[in-house]
Amino acid sequence: MALDKIGIAKRIAQELQDGWYVNLGIGIPTLVANYIPEGIEVEFQSENGLLGMGPFPIEGEEDADLINAGKQTVTVMDGGVIFDSATSFAMIRGQHVQLTVLGAMEVAQNGDIANWKIPGKMVKGMGGAMDLVASAQNIIVAMMHTNKKGESKLLKECTLPLTGVGCVTRVVTNLAVIKIEEGKFHLVERAPGVSVQEIIDATEGELVVPDNVPEMVL
Amino acid sequence: MNKIVKDVNEALVGIKDGVTIMLGGFGLCGIPENSIQKLVDMGIKDLTCISNNAGVDDFGLGLLLQKKQIKKMISSYVGENDEFERQMLSGELEVDLIPQGSLAERCRAGGAGIPAFYTPAGFGTEVAEGKEVKIFNGKPHILESALEADFAIVKAWKADTAGNLIYKATARNFNPMMAMAGKITIAEVEEIVPAGELDPNFIHTPGIFVQRVFKGERFEKRIEQRTTRPKS
Repeated sequence: MALDKIGIAKRIAQELQDGWYVNLGIGIPTLVANYIPEGIEVEFQSENGLLGMGPFPIEGEEDADLINAGKQTVTVMDGGVIFDSATSFAMIRGQHVQLTVLGAMEVAQNGDIANWKIPGKMVKGMGGAMDLVASAQNIIVAMMHTNKKGESKLLKECTLPLTGVGCVTRVVTNLAVIKIEEGKFHLVERAPGVSVQEIIDATEGELVVPDNVPEMVL
Repeated sequence: MNKIVKDVNEALVGIKDGVTIMLGGFGLCGIPENSIQKLVDMGIKDLTCISNNAGVDDFGLGLLLQKKQIKKMISSYVGENDEFERQMLSGELEVDLIPQGSLAERCRAGGAGIPAFYTPAGFGTEVAEGKEVKIFNGKPHILESALEADFAIVKAWKADTAGNLIYKATARNFNPMMAMAGKITIAEVEEIVPAGELDPNFIHTPGIFVQRVFKGERFEKRIEQRTTRPKS
């Protein structure tokens, strides 16, 4: 069965490594924080100026002055720190953040990503996404494999305005874990009960399929 | 040097049609809400506003958008404002969307006397159109220019009479860089204390960057996404 959003978040959480600083985007990526594997320590960076972001506050303890980049009320962990936006992006551009997880509308087989604009229809802006994808060494995209119309979001080339070029290293969808290398998608794992053929059918870009494609263990 | 002015009226003296204003804040967090309301009341038009976001339809910069007082917005993310999207798609509002880190650094550069800098953010996207590209360490970067403004309006938690500022939690965001980049910087604060009361080791914005300080009459501090966990 294809994964739901929580399943995607759980699978991405398995990629976390001890000692990493991690930036989570809005949507599915935010859920990753709930599934940190036992025995490892990571700190979450929120680009509005917070490192060591904690869980949502206990009801009644919300502070309008303490939010994350999704404008949600949050808390600060012990050892956490607040800083201005220029310092925040120094952490990001300067590659002090080890992993970025973000959503996307389209990903291309060369690692291009589009997630900020649909010309003539939707203009939300890129926020910090362009800075994040231009600099991060590890970029995992969390998204559904296909859009609402059933069309593949893993393409030969992006059709929407780009957020970044050649930057995505891994994509975790409701169907599969896919890595991007040498201009191609490579199937790494499939969601429990999802066949390789289903993934091939849902992927427009070139997909390299090894002989053995293990099922995800969640 | 005493930077305190009586109220918002005195603080905003000299702001007229067509000026460029930087406004601090991230979403609705750390925005100078008293000053924004005053700009609405003053009916000033044709403003160019530099601010990370554009408020929501009925709060923050959304109030100025509703009255069509803004001619041009320079922002990174405007997703929470339907009126903004409508004015932008219809061409009524001129919009320059720029990556958030570049926006922060362009303000910082403006205040720091650095006219331009190279950044990898936006290379290969429409943000890079018309901009110089240069390779550093094998990686392409684009040239971004500094931003300055006739006025910068920031929101701080505490000020002393010398104009030194301290921000609270993530209400800091863009405020410190914008404070540096305004020809005239106005700080709207929750509390004013005598010079000497704030520990000089813990001041975020030195008073040299600030020309006018006033105590805001009322802070609604609206929360955009109230997220909590149960007590249990």
